[in-house]
Amino acid sequence: MSAPSLPGDAPSVRLGLILVAVLFIGFFLVLPLVAVFAQALAKGLAAYGAAIIEPDAVAAIKLTLLVAAISVPLNVVFGVCAAWAVAKFDFRGKSILVTLIDLPFSVSPVVAGLVYVLLFGAQGWFGPWLMEHGVRIIFAVPGLVLATILVTFPFVARELIPLMQEQGRADEEAALALGASGFRTFLRVTLPNIKWGLLYGVLLCNARAMGEFGAVSVVSGHLRGLTNTVPLHVEILYNEYNFAAAFAVASLLALLALVTLVLKTSLEWKFGYSHRSAR
Amino acid sequence: MEIALSRQLQMQAALAPPRRRARRSRKSIVPGFGLTMGFTLTWLSLIVLLPLSALFIRAAGLGWSEFLAVGLSERALAAYRVSFGTAIAAASINAVSGLLCAWVFVRYEFPGKRVLNAMIDLPFALPTAVAGIALTALYSPNGWIGRFFEPLGIKIAYTPIGITIALIFISLPFIVRSVEPVLADVRKDVEEAALSLGARPWQVFLRVILPAILPALLTGFALALARAIGEYGSVIFIAGNMPYKSEIAPLLIVTQLEQYEYAAATAIATVLLLASFAMLLLINGIQTWTSRKVEQ
Repeated sequence: MSAPSLPGDAPSVRLGLILVAVLFIGFFLVLPLVAVFAQALAKGLAAYGAAIIEPDAVAAIKLTLLVAAISVPLNVVFGVCAAWAVAKFDFRGKSILVTLIDLPFSVSPVVAGLVYVLLFGAQGWFGPWLMEHGVRIIFAVPGLVLATILVTFPFVARELIPLMQEQGRADEEAALALGASGFRTFLRVTLPNIKWGLLYGVLLCNARAMGEFGAVSVVSGHLRGLTNTVPLHVEILYNEYNFAAAFAVASLLALLALVTLVLKTSLEWKFGYSHRSAR
Repeated sequence: MEIALSRQLQMQAALAPPRRRARRSRKSIVPGFGLTMGFTLTWLSLIVLLPLSALFIRAAGLGWSEFLAVGLSERALAAYRVSFGTAIAAASINAVSGLLCAWVFVRYEFPGKRVLNAMIDLPFALPTAVAGIALTALYSPNGWIGRFFEPLGIKIAYTPIGITIALIFISLPFIVRSVEPVLADVRKDVEEAALSLGARPWQVFLRVILPAILPALLTGFALALARAIGEYGSVIFIAGNMPYKSEIAPLLIVTQLEQYEYAAATAIATVLLLASFAMLLLINGIQTWTSRKVEQ
Protein backbone atom coordinates (compact mmCIF):
# COMPACT_ATOMS: atom_id res chain seq x y z
CA MET A 1 0.00 0.00 0.00
CA SER A 2 1.34 3.40 -0.96
CA ALA A 3 1.51 6.16 1.62
CA PRO A 4 -1.58 8.33 1.46
CA SER A 5 -0.98 11.77 -0.03
CA LEU A 6 -2.94 15.01 0.10
CA PRO A 7 -5.68 15.33 -2.50
CA GLY A 8 -4.10 16.00 -5.88
CA ASP A 9 -0.57 15.42 -4.62
CA ALA A 10 0.02 12.19 -6.51
CA PRO A 11 2.40 13.02 -9.43
CA SER A 12 0.10 11.59 -12.10
CA VAL A 13 -2.92 13.51 -10.78
CA ARG A 14 -0.86 16.68 -10.53
CA LEU A 15 0.39 16.41 -14.10
CA GLY A 16 -3.06 15.54 -15.43
CA LEU A 17 -4.78 18.46 -13.74
CA ILE A 18 -2.11 20.95 -14.87
CA LEU A 19 -2.44 19.65 -18.41
CA VAL A 20 -6.23 19.97 -18.42
CA ALA A 21 -6.06 23.52 -17.01
CA VAL A 22 -3.43 24.58 -19.55
CA LEU A 23 -5.43 23.11 -22.43
CA PHE A 24 -8.69 24.68 -21.20
CA ILE A 25 -7.15 28.15 -20.83
CA GLY A 26 -5.31 27.72 -24.11
CA PHE A 27 -8.44 26.78 -26.04
CA PHE A 28 -10.93 29.13 -24.43
CA LEU A 29 -8.84 32.22 -23.65
CA VAL A 30 -5.56 32.29 -25.59
CA LEU A 31 -6.76 30.95 -28.93
CA PRO A 32 -9.45 33.66 -29.46
CA LEU A 33 -6.80 36.32 -28.78
CA VAL A 34 -4.42 34.72 -31.29
CA ALA A 35 -7.29 34.48 -33.80
CA VAL A 36 -7.88 38.25 -33.62
CA PHE A 37 -4.32 39.04 -34.69
CA ALA A 38 -4.16 36.24 -37.26
CA GLN A 39 -7.36 37.38 -38.94
CA ALA A 40 -6.32 41.04 -38.74
CA LEU A 41 -3.13 40.32 -40.68
CA ALA A 42 -4.76 37.79 -43.05
CA LYS A 43 -4.77 40.25 -45.95
CA GLY A 44 -1.32 41.65 -45.26
CA LEU A 45 0.12 44.67 -43.51
CA ALA A 46 -1.02 47.17 -46.15
CA ALA A 47 -4.69 46.23 -45.76
CA TYR A 48 -4.21 46.29 -41.97
CA GLY A 49 -2.84 49.82 -42.04
CA ALA A 50 -5.51 51.01 -44.48
CA ALA A 51 -8.32 49.74 -42.25
CA ILE A 52 -6.92 51.64 -39.28
CA ILE A 53 -6.23 55.02 -40.92
CA GLU A 54 -9.51 55.07 -42.83
CA PRO A 55 -11.49 58.25 -41.80
CA ASP A 56 -14.41 56.39 -40.17
CA ALA A 57 -12.00 54.31 -38.10
CA VAL A 58 -10.08 57.41 -37.02
CA ALA A 59 -13.35 59.13 -36.08
CA ALA A 60 -14.35 56.07 -34.05
CA ILE A 61 -10.99 56.03 -32.24
CA LYS A 62 -11.29 59.74 -31.42
CA LEU A 63 -14.84 59.27 -30.13
CA THR A 64 -13.85 56.31 -27.96
CA LEU A 65 -10.97 58.31 -26.46
CA LEU A 66 -13.34 61.24 -25.82
CA VAL A 67 -15.98 59.10 -24.12
CA ALA A 68 -13.35 57.42 -21.92
CA ALA A 69 -11.73 60.78 -21.14
CA ILE A 70 -15.03 62.06 -19.75
CA SER A 71 -16.42 58.96 -18.05
CA VAL A 72 -13.28 57.58 -16.36
CA PRO A 73 -12.41 60.79 -14.41
CA LEU A 74 -16.04 61.16 -13.31
CA ASN A 75 -15.96 57.59 -12.02
CA VAL A 76 -12.68 58.29 -10.22
CA VAL A 77 -14.21 61.27 -8.40
CA PHE A 78 -17.26 59.23 -7.51
CA GLY A 79 -15.22 56.19 -6.50
CA VAL A 80 -12.96 58.18 -4.15
CA CYS A 81 -15.94 60.00 -2.60
CA ALA A 82 -17.93 56.81 -2.12
CA ALA A 83 -14.95 54.95 -0.64
CA TRP A 84 -14.20 57.84 1.72
CA ALA A 85 -17.80 57.95 2.95
CA VAL A 86 -18.08 54.17 3.32
CA ALA A 87 -14.64 53.42 4.75
CA LYS A 88 -13.98 56.34 7.10
CA PHE A 89 -17.38 56.59 8.79
CA ASP A 90 -19.93 54.37 10.50
CA PHE A 91 -23.54 54.75 9.54
CA ARG A 92 -26.68 52.69 9.18
CA GLY A 93 -27.47 51.11 5.86
CA LYS A 94 -23.82 50.89 4.78
CA SER A 95 -24.18 47.42 3.31
CA ILE A 96 -27.24 48.53 1.33
CA LEU A 97 -25.24 51.44 -0.09
CA VAL A 98 -22.39 49.11 -1.11
CA THR A 99 -24.87 46.70 -2.74
CA LEU A 100 -26.43 49.57 -4.69
CA ILE A 101 -23.00 50.74 -5.87
CA ASP A 102 -22.39 47.16 -7.08
CA LEU A 103 -25.74 46.97 -8.81
CA PRO A 104 -24.61 48.02 -12.34
CA PHE A 105 -22.30 44.96 -12.44
CA SER A 106 -25.28 42.63 -12.59
CA VAL A 107 -27.44 44.73 -14.92
CA SER A 108 -27.37 43.71 -18.56
CA PRO A 109 -25.55 46.33 -20.68
CA VAL A 110 -28.54 46.40 -23.01
CA VAL A 111 -30.83 47.28 -20.10
CA ALA A 112 -28.34 49.99 -19.04
CA GLY A 113 -28.64 51.56 -22.48
CA LEU A 114 -32.41 51.12 -22.63
CA VAL A 115 -33.09 53.05 -19.40
CA TYR A 116 -31.51 56.17 -20.89
CA VAL A 117 -33.53 55.76 -24.09
CA LEU A 118 -36.67 55.60 -21.93
CA LEU A 119 -35.61 58.81 -20.18
CA PHE A 120 -34.12 60.92 -22.96
CA GLY A 121 -35.22 59.28 -26.24
CA ALA A 122 -37.88 60.73 -28.55
CA GLN A 123 -40.49 58.56 -26.76
CA GLY A 124 -38.92 59.16 -23.35
CA TRP A 125 -40.00 61.28 -20.38
CA PHE A 126 -37.71 64.21 -21.16
CA GLY A 127 -37.57 63.56 -24.92
CA PRO A 128 -40.09 66.16 -26.09
CA TRP A 129 -38.67 68.85 -23.78
CA LEU A 130 -35.12 68.15 -24.95
CA MET A 131 -36.26 68.23 -28.59
CA GLU A 132 -37.87 71.65 -28.07
CA HIS A 133 -34.67 73.02 -26.66
CA GLY A 134 -32.50 71.46 -29.35
CA VAL A 135 -30.55 69.18 -26.97
CA ARG A 136 -29.64 65.72 -28.22
CA ILE A 137 -28.66 63.07 -25.70
CA ILE A 138 -29.69 59.81 -27.36
CA PHE A 139 -27.95 59.13 -30.67
CA ALA A 140 -25.32 61.66 -29.60
CA VAL A 141 -22.17 61.87 -27.45
CA PRO A 142 -23.93 62.66 -24.10
CA GLY A 143 -25.90 59.41 -24.37
CA LEU A 144 -22.72 57.44 -25.06
CA VAL A 145 -21.06 59.03 -22.03
CA LEU A 146 -24.06 58.38 -19.74
CA ALA A 147 -24.34 54.73 -20.78
CA THR A 148 -20.58 54.25 -20.33
CA ILE A 149 -20.64 55.83 -16.86
CA LEU A 150 -23.47 53.52 -15.82
CA VAL A 151 -21.77 50.29 -16.89
CA THR A 152 -18.38 51.32 -15.43
CA PHE A 153 -19.98 52.81 -12.31
CA PRO A 154 -18.68 50.38 -9.62
CA PHE A 155 -15.11 49.80 -10.87
CA VAL A 156 -13.15 52.41 -8.90
CA ALA A 157 -15.39 52.41 -5.81
CA ARG A 158 -15.31 48.59 -5.65
CA GLU A 159 -11.52 48.59 -5.68
CA LEU A 160 -11.10 51.35 -3.10
CA ILE A 161 -13.78 50.51 -0.50
CA PRO A 162 -12.20 47.25 0.84
CA LEU A 163 -8.70 48.75 0.60
CA MET A 164 -9.61 51.87 2.60
CA GLN A 165 -11.63 49.85 5.10
CA GLU A 166 -8.59 47.67 5.76
CA GLN A 167 -6.38 50.74 6.25
CA GLY A 168 -8.77 52.21 8.81
CA ARG A 169 -8.55 55.89 9.68
CA ALA A 170 -5.69 56.08 12.18
CA ASP A 171 -3.32 57.72 9.66
CA GLU A 172 -5.85 60.43 8.81
CA GLU A 173 -6.63 61.04 12.47
CA ALA A 174 -2.93 61.48 13.23
CA ALA A 175 -2.53 64.02 10.41
CA LEU A 176 -5.63 65.92 11.53
CA ALA A 177 -4.51 65.92 15.16
CA LEU A 178 -1.21 67.44 14.03
CA GLY A 179 -3.14 70.30 12.47
CA ALA A 180 -3.43 69.39 8.78
CA SER A 181 -6.58 70.46 7.00
CA GLY A 182 -9.02 67.83 5.77
CA PHE A 183 -8.11 68.29 2.12
CA ARG A 184 -4.38 68.30 2.84
CA THR A 185 -4.82 65.11 4.84
CA PHE A 186 -6.51 63.51 1.86
CA LEU A 187 -3.78 64.63 -0.58
CA ARG A 188 -0.76 63.82 1.60
CA VAL A 189 -1.97 60.82 3.64
CA THR A 190 -4.90 59.06 2.02
CA LEU A 191 -3.95 59.41 -1.63
CA PRO A 192 -0.44 57.90 -1.25
CA ASN A 193 -2.01 55.01 0.69
CA ILE A 194 -4.53 54.18 -1.98
CA LYS A 195 -2.63 55.08 -5.17
CA TRP A 196 -2.06 51.52 -6.39
CA GLY A 197 -5.64 50.51 -5.71
CA LEU A 198 -6.81 53.63 -7.48
CA LEU A 199 -4.60 52.95 -10.48
CA TYR A 200 -5.88 49.39 -10.57
CA GLY A 201 -9.48 50.55 -10.57
CA VAL A 202 -8.77 53.16 -13.26
CA LEU A 203 -7.13 50.53 -15.49
CA LEU A 204 -10.12 48.19 -15.34
CA CYS A 205 -12.60 51.06 -15.61
CA ASN A 206 -10.82 52.41 -18.68
CA ALA A 207 -10.68 49.01 -20.38
CA ARG A 208 -14.40 48.58 -19.92
CA ALA A 209 -15.17 52.18 -20.93
CA MET A 210 -13.25 51.87 -24.19
CA GLY A 211 -14.56 48.41 -24.95
CA GLU A 212 -18.20 48.74 -23.92
CA PHE A 213 -20.52 47.49 -26.63
CA GLY A 214 -24.07 46.60 -25.53
CA ALA A 215 -25.04 49.75 -23.62
CA VAL A 216 -23.38 52.04 -26.13
CA SER A 217 -24.94 50.19 -29.04
CA VAL A 218 -28.46 50.91 -27.76
CA VAL A 219 -27.95 54.68 -27.38
CA SER A 220 -25.63 55.30 -30.33
CA GLY A 221 -27.88 55.03 -33.37
CA HIS A 222 -24.79 53.86 -35.32
CA LEU A 223 -24.20 57.11 -37.18
CA ARG A 224 -20.97 56.48 -39.07
CA GLY A 225 -18.25 58.98 -38.29
CA LEU A 226 -20.48 60.65 -35.67
CA THR A 227 -21.63 58.26 -32.92
CA ASN A 228 -19.68 55.11 -33.72
CA THR A 229 -17.19 54.09 -31.07
CA VAL A 230 -14.45 51.59 -31.95
CA PRO A 231 -16.40 48.47 -30.85
CA LEU A 232 -19.44 49.64 -32.84
CA HIS A 233 -17.21 50.31 -35.87
CA VAL A 234 -15.94 46.72 -35.57
CA GLU A 235 -19.52 45.46 -35.59
CA ILE A 236 -20.44 47.45 -38.71
CA LEU A 237 -17.37 46.28 -40.63
CA TYR A 238 -18.05 42.69 -39.58
CA ASN A 239 -21.70 42.84 -40.64
CA GLU A 240 -20.56 44.21 -44.01
CA TYR A 241 -18.45 41.04 -44.39
CA ASN A 242 -15.35 43.24 -44.35
CA PHE A 243 -13.69 40.73 -42.00
CA ALA A 244 -10.03 41.73 -42.42
CA ALA A 245 -10.84 45.38 -41.63
CA ALA A 246 -13.11 44.39 -38.73
CA PHE A 247 -10.33 42.29 -37.18
CA ALA A 248 -7.72 44.97 -37.89
CA VAL A 249 -9.71 47.52 -35.88
CA ALA A 250 -10.54 44.84 -33.30
CA SER A 251 -6.82 44.14 -32.89
CA LEU A 252 -6.40 47.69 -31.57
CA LEU A 253 -8.87 46.84 -28.81
CA ALA A 254 -7.12 43.52 -28.22
CA LEU A 255 -3.84 45.42 -27.84
CA LEU A 256 -5.52 47.70 -25.32
CA ALA A 257 -6.66 44.61 -23.42
CA LEU A 258 -3.12 43.18 -23.45
CA VAL A 259 -1.61 46.45 -22.22
CA THR A 260 -4.24 46.56 -19.48
CA LEU A 261 -3.42 43.00 -18.44
CA VAL A 262 0.34 43.63 -18.42
CA LEU A 263 0.00 46.82 -16.34
CA LYS A 264 -2.46 45.17 -13.98
CA THR A 265 -0.26 42.10 -13.55
CA SER A 266 2.87 44.17 -12.99
CA LEU A 267 1.01 46.12 -10.30
CA GLU A 268 0.24 42.81 -8.63
CA TRP A 269 3.76 41.43 -8.96
CA LYS A 270 5.83 44.53 -8.20
CA PHE A 271 3.83 46.05 -5.40
CA GLY A 272 2.24 42.94 -4.02
CA TYR A 273 -1.07 44.59 -4.68
CA SER A 274 -3.76 41.96 -4.58
CA HIS A 275 -7.06 42.09 -6.39
CA ARG A 276 -9.78 43.16 -3.98
CA SER A 277 -12.86 41.78 -5.63
CA ALA A 278 -13.73 38.98 -7.96
CA ARG A 279 -15.05 41.36 -10.60
CA MET B 1 -17.65 8.68 14.79
CA GLU B 2 -16.33 9.27 11.30
CA ILE B 3 -19.12 11.70 10.56
CA ALA B 4 -18.49 13.64 13.76
CA LEU B 5 -14.83 13.86 12.85
CA SER B 6 -15.46 15.15 9.37
CA ARG B 7 -17.89 17.75 10.78
CA GLN B 8 -15.18 18.94 13.08
CA LEU B 9 -12.66 19.12 10.27
CA GLN B 10 -15.13 21.07 8.17
CA MET B 11 -15.63 23.55 10.96
CA GLN B 12 -11.91 24.03 11.36
CA ALA B 13 -11.43 24.56 7.66
CA ALA B 14 -14.23 27.10 7.63
CA LEU B 15 -12.77 28.84 10.65
CA ALA B 16 -9.29 28.91 9.20
CA PRO B 17 -8.97 32.40 7.77
CA PRO B 18 -9.15 34.76 10.72
CA ARG B 19 -8.74 37.91 8.64
CA ARG B 20 -9.65 40.72 10.98
CA ARG B 21 -10.22 44.32 10.13
CA ALA B 22 -8.74 46.96 12.38
CA ARG B 23 -11.18 47.76 15.16
CA ARG B 24 -12.62 51.19 14.86
CA SER B 25 -14.13 53.47 17.43
CA ARG B 26 -17.63 54.84 16.99
CA LYS B 27 -16.76 58.54 16.67
CA SER B 28 -14.58 59.97 13.97
CA ILE B 29 -12.72 63.26 13.76
CA VAL B 30 -12.20 62.71 10.03
CA PRO B 31 -14.03 65.45 8.12
CA GLY B 32 -15.93 65.32 4.85
CA PHE B 33 -18.75 62.94 5.69
CA GLY B 34 -21.49 65.33 4.57
CA LEU B 35 -19.69 66.27 1.36
CA THR B 36 -18.66 62.78 0.21
CA MET B 37 -21.88 61.12 1.33
CA GLY B 38 -23.98 63.81 -0.30
CA PHE B 39 -22.10 63.54 -3.57
CA THR B 40 -22.16 59.72 -3.49
CA LEU B 41 -25.92 59.57 -2.94
CA THR B 42 -26.67 62.27 -5.53
CA TRP B 43 -24.49 60.70 -8.21
CA LEU B 44 -25.76 57.20 -7.43
CA SER B 45 -29.36 58.39 -7.68
CA LEU B 46 -28.85 60.33 -10.90
CA ILE B 47 -26.85 57.71 -12.78
CA VAL B 48 -28.18 54.41 -11.43
CA LEU B 49 -31.30 54.59 -9.26
CA LEU B 50 -33.47 57.09 -11.14
CA PRO B 51 -32.89 55.57 -14.60
CA LEU B 52 -33.52 52.04 -13.30
CA SER B 53 -36.69 53.09 -11.48
CA ALA B 54 -37.80 54.84 -14.67
CA LEU B 55 -37.79 51.39 -16.26
CA PHE B 56 -40.02 49.99 -13.50
CA ILE B 57 -42.39 52.95 -13.68
CA ARG B 58 -42.68 52.57 -17.46
CA ALA B 59 -43.32 48.85 -16.99
CA ALA B 60 -45.96 49.54 -14.33
CA GLY B 61 -47.61 51.97 -16.75
CA LEU B 62 -48.20 49.10 -19.16
CA GLY B 63 -50.72 47.38 -16.89
CA TRP B 64 -50.71 43.67 -16.08
CA SER B 65 -52.39 42.34 -19.19
CA GLU B 66 -50.18 44.21 -21.64
CA PHE B 67 -47.07 43.50 -19.58
CA LEU B 68 -47.79 39.77 -19.67
CA ALA B 69 -48.75 39.87 -23.35
CA VAL B 70 -45.49 41.49 -24.50
CA GLY B 71 -43.15 40.45 -21.68
CA LEU B 72 -44.14 36.80 -21.74
CA SER B 73 -44.99 36.42 -25.44
CA GLU B 74 -44.04 33.15 -27.18
CA ARG B 75 -40.95 34.76 -28.66
CA ALA B 76 -39.92 36.34 -25.35
CA LEU B 77 -40.37 33.05 -23.49
CA ALA B 78 -38.19 31.29 -26.08
CA ALA B 79 -35.56 34.02 -25.64
CA TYR B 80 -35.55 33.58 -21.84
CA ARG B 81 -35.18 29.83 -22.32
CA VAL B 82 -32.14 30.35 -24.56
CA SER B 83 -30.63 33.02 -22.29
CA PHE B 84 -31.15 31.24 -18.98
CA GLY B 85 -30.41 27.77 -20.38
CA THR B 86 -27.09 28.70 -21.97
CA ALA B 87 -26.13 30.87 -18.98
CA ILE B 88 -26.76 28.02 -16.53
CA ALA B 89 -24.88 25.58 -18.78
CA ALA B 90 -21.88 27.92 -19.09
CA ALA B 91 -21.78 28.76 -15.36
CA SER B 92 -22.02 25.04 -14.48
CA ILE B 93 -19.19 24.09 -16.85
CA ASN B 94 -17.13 26.92 -15.38
CA ALA B 95 -17.93 25.84 -11.84
CA VAL B 96 -15.91 22.68 -12.65
CA SER B 97 -13.25 24.14 -14.96
CA GLY B 98 -12.90 27.32 -12.89
CA LEU B 99 -12.43 25.31 -9.72
CA LEU B 100 -9.87 23.16 -11.54
CA CYS B 101 -7.95 26.25 -12.74
CA ALA B 102 -8.05 27.79 -9.23
CA TRP B 103 -6.84 24.47 -7.77
CA VAL B 104 -3.93 24.27 -10.21
CA PHE B 105 -2.91 27.89 -9.53
CA VAL B 106 -3.08 27.56 -5.74
CA ARG B 107 -1.63 24.08 -5.21
CA TYR B 108 0.94 23.51 -7.95
CA GLU B 109 4.06 25.17 -9.30
CA PHE B 110 4.85 24.87 -12.99
CA PRO B 111 6.60 26.97 -15.65
CA GLY B 112 4.41 29.67 -17.16
CA LYS B 113 1.98 29.61 -14.25
CA ARG B 114 2.02 33.35 -13.61
CA VAL B 115 1.41 34.23 -17.27
CA LEU B 116 -1.40 31.70 -17.45
CA ASN B 117 -2.89 33.10 -14.27
CA ALA B 118 -2.77 36.62 -15.70
CA MET B 119 -4.59 35.39 -18.81
CA ILE B 120 -7.61 34.44 -16.65
CA ASP B 121 -8.51 38.15 -16.50
CA LEU B 122 -8.48 38.50 -20.29
CA PRO B 123 -12.30 38.35 -20.54
CA PHE B 124 -12.48 41.35 -18.17
CA ALA B 125 -10.10 43.34 -20.35
CA LEU B 126 -11.04 42.23 -23.87
CA PRO B 127 -14.04 44.12 -25.29
CA THR B 128 -16.98 41.77 -25.72
CA ALA B 129 -17.46 42.55 -29.40
CA VAL B 130 -13.85 41.52 -30.10
CA ALA B 131 -14.34 38.28 -28.19
CA GLY B 132 -17.54 37.72 -30.15
CA ILE B 133 -16.05 38.00 -33.63
CA ALA B 134 -12.93 36.05 -32.60
CA LEU B 135 -14.96 33.14 -31.25
CA THR B 136 -17.18 33.18 -34.34
CA ALA B 137 -14.10 33.02 -36.56
CA LEU B 138 -12.82 30.03 -34.56
CA TYR B 139 -16.04 28.04 -34.35
CA SER B 140 -17.70 28.78 -37.71
CA PRO B 141 -17.81 25.73 -40.04
CA ASN B 142 -14.58 26.75 -41.81
CA GLY B 143 -12.87 28.14 -38.68
CA TRP B 144 -9.79 26.73 -36.91
CA ILE B 145 -11.90 24.67 -34.51
CA GLY B 146 -15.26 24.52 -36.28
CA ARG B 147 -13.81 22.65 -39.27
CA PHE B 148 -13.07 19.63 -37.10
CA PHE B 149 -16.68 19.44 -35.93
CA GLU B 150 -18.26 20.12 -39.32
CA PRO B 151 -17.57 16.58 -40.72
CA LEU B 152 -19.07 15.11 -37.53
CA GLY B 153 -22.31 16.96 -38.26
CA ILE B 154 -21.86 19.20 -35.20
CA LYS B 155 -22.55 22.87 -35.76
CA ILE B 156 -21.16 25.09 -33.01
CA ALA B 157 -21.41 28.66 -34.31
CA TYR B 158 -24.94 29.94 -34.94
CA THR B 159 -26.45 27.44 -32.44
CA PRO B 160 -26.98 27.49 -28.64
CA ILE B 161 -23.67 25.56 -28.34
CA GLY B 162 -21.92 28.63 -29.76
CA ILE B 163 -23.76 30.89 -27.31
CA THR B 164 -22.65 28.64 -24.45
CA ILE B 165 -19.02 28.80 -25.59
CA ALA B 166 -19.13 32.62 -25.69
CA LEU B 167 -20.63 32.64 -22.18
CA ILE B 168 -17.95 30.21 -20.93
CA PHE B 169 -15.35 32.68 -22.20
CA ILE B 170 -16.80 35.74 -20.48
CA SER B 171 -17.77 34.11 -17.16
CA LEU B 172 -14.67 32.00 -16.39
CA PRO B 173 -12.77 34.67 -14.38
CA PHE B 174 -15.68 35.20 -11.97
CA ILE B 175 -15.38 31.65 -10.66
CA VAL B 176 -11.58 31.39 -10.66
CA ARG B 177 -11.15 34.74 -8.88
CA SER B 178 -13.84 33.92 -6.30
CA VAL B 179 -12.43 30.49 -5.41
CA GLU B 180 -8.66 31.21 -5.54
CA PRO B 181 -8.23 33.25 -2.31
CA VAL B 182 -10.49 30.97 -0.25
CA LEU B 183 -8.78 27.82 -1.52
CA ALA B 184 -5.41 29.34 -0.61
CA ASP B 185 -6.69 29.81 2.96
CA VAL B 186 -7.73 26.17 3.46
CA ARG B 187 -5.34 24.81 6.07
CA LYS B 188 -3.20 21.91 4.96
CA ASP B 189 -2.71 20.65 8.52
CA VAL B 190 -6.44 19.93 8.70
CA GLU B 191 -6.17 17.89 5.51
CA GLU B 192 -3.14 16.06 6.88
CA ALA B 193 -5.04 15.32 10.08
CA ALA B 194 -7.88 13.85 8.06
CA LEU B 195 -5.40 11.72 6.09
CA SER B 196 -3.63 10.45 9.18
CA LEU B 197 -7.02 9.46 10.60
CA GLY B 198 -7.53 7.23 7.59
CA ALA B 199 -9.49 9.33 5.11
CA ARG B 200 -8.79 8.71 1.42
CA PRO B 201 -7.58 11.74 -0.62
CA TRP B 202 -10.95 12.06 -2.41
CA GLN B 203 -12.71 11.94 0.96
CA VAL B 204 -10.49 14.76 2.18
CA PHE B 205 -11.42 16.74 -0.91
CA LEU B 206 -15.16 16.10 -0.55
CA ARG B 207 -15.41 16.38 3.23
CA VAL B 208 -12.79 18.98 4.12
CA ILE B 209 -11.87 21.13 1.14
CA LEU B 210 -15.16 21.33 -0.76
CA PRO B 211 -17.27 22.47 2.23
CA ALA B 212 -14.75 25.22 2.97
CA ILE B 213 -14.74 26.62 -0.58
CA LEU B 214 -18.41 25.99 -1.36
CA PRO B 215 -19.66 29.50 -0.42
CA ALA B 216 -16.98 31.07 -2.65
CA LEU B 217 -17.80 28.65 -5.45
CA LEU B 218 -21.51 29.49 -5.17
CA THR B 219 -20.78 33.22 -5.12
CA GLY B 220 -18.65 32.84 -8.23
CA PHE B 221 -21.38 30.77 -9.86
CA ALA B 222 -24.01 33.45 -9.13
CA LEU B 223 -21.73 36.22 -10.41
CA ALA B 224 -21.01 34.23 -13.57
CA LEU B 225 -24.70 33.53 -14.06
CA ALA B 226 -25.68 37.19 -13.60
CA ARG B 227 -23.09 38.25 -16.14
CA ALA B 228 -23.99 35.51 -18.61
CA ILE B 229 -27.75 36.21 -18.54
CA GLY B 230 -27.24 39.84 -19.48
CA GLU B 231 -24.34 39.34 -21.90
CA TYR B 232 -24.79 40.80 -25.37
CA GLY B 233 -21.61 41.73 -27.25
CA SER B 234 -19.78 38.43 -27.24
CA VAL B 235 -22.94 36.43 -28.00
CA ILE B 236 -24.70 38.15 -30.90
CA PHE B 237 -22.00 37.36 -33.47
CA ILE B 238 -21.80 33.65 -32.71
CA ALA B 239 -25.51 33.15 -31.90
CA GLY B 240 -27.09 33.16 -35.33
CA ASN B 241 -29.96 35.09 -33.75
CA MET B 242 -32.80 32.92 -35.07
CA PRO B 243 -36.04 33.82 -33.24
CA TYR B 244 -37.26 30.91 -31.04
CA LYS B 245 -33.93 29.04 -31.50
CA SER B 246 -30.83 31.10 -30.88
CA GLU B 247 -32.15 34.53 -29.96
CA ILE B 248 -31.07 35.74 -26.51
CA ALA B 249 -33.25 38.05 -24.39
CA PRO B 250 -30.92 41.10 -24.53
CA LEU B 251 -30.91 40.87 -28.33
CA LEU B 252 -34.71 40.70 -28.36
CA ILE B 253 -34.77 43.99 -26.40
CA VAL B 254 -32.58 45.63 -29.04
CA THR B 255 -34.70 44.19 -31.88
CA GLN B 256 -37.93 45.46 -30.29
CA LEU B 257 -36.37 48.86 -29.69
CA GLU B 258 -35.29 49.15 -33.32
CA GLN B 259 -38.92 48.46 -34.34
CA TYR B 260 -40.13 51.15 -31.89
CA GLU B 261 -41.87 48.47 -29.78
CA TYR B 262 -41.10 50.30 -26.54
CA ALA B 263 -43.64 48.35 -24.49
CA ALA B 264 -42.11 44.98 -25.38
CA ALA B 265 -38.54 46.24 -24.86
CA THR B 266 -39.51 47.67 -21.46
CA ALA B 267 -41.30 44.50 -20.33
CA ILE B 268 -38.44 42.16 -21.35
CA ALA B 269 -35.87 44.47 -19.77
CA THR B 270 -37.89 44.46 -16.54
CA VAL B 271 -37.84 40.66 -16.46
CA LEU B 272 -34.04 40.68 -16.96
CA LEU B 273 -33.59 43.34 -14.29
CA LEU B 274 -35.66 41.31 -11.82
CA ALA B 275 -33.41 38.32 -12.60
CA SER B 276 -30.37 40.52 -11.81
CA PHE B 277 -31.91 41.53 -8.48
CA ALA B 278 -32.58 37.89 -7.66
CA MET B 279 -28.89 37.10 -8.37
CA LEU B 280 -27.75 39.98 -6.14
CA LEU B 281 -29.99 38.78 -3.32
CA LEU B 282 -28.61 35.27 -3.76
CA ILE B 283 -25.01 36.53 -3.58
CA ASN B 284 -25.72 38.62 -0.49
CA GLY B 285 -27.54 35.68 1.07
CA ILE B 286 -24.53 33.41 0.52
CA GLN B 287 -22.21 35.99 2.04
CA THR B 288 -24.39 36.53 5.13
CA TRP B 289 -24.68 32.77 5.55
CA THR B 290 -20.89 32.34 5.29
CA SER B 291 -20.04 35.08 7.76
CA ARG B 292 -22.56 33.61 10.19
CA LYS B 293 -21.00 30.18 9.79
CA VAL B 294 -17.56 31.63 10.48
CA GLU B 295 -18.79 33.49 13.56
CA GLN B 296 -20.33 30.36 15.10
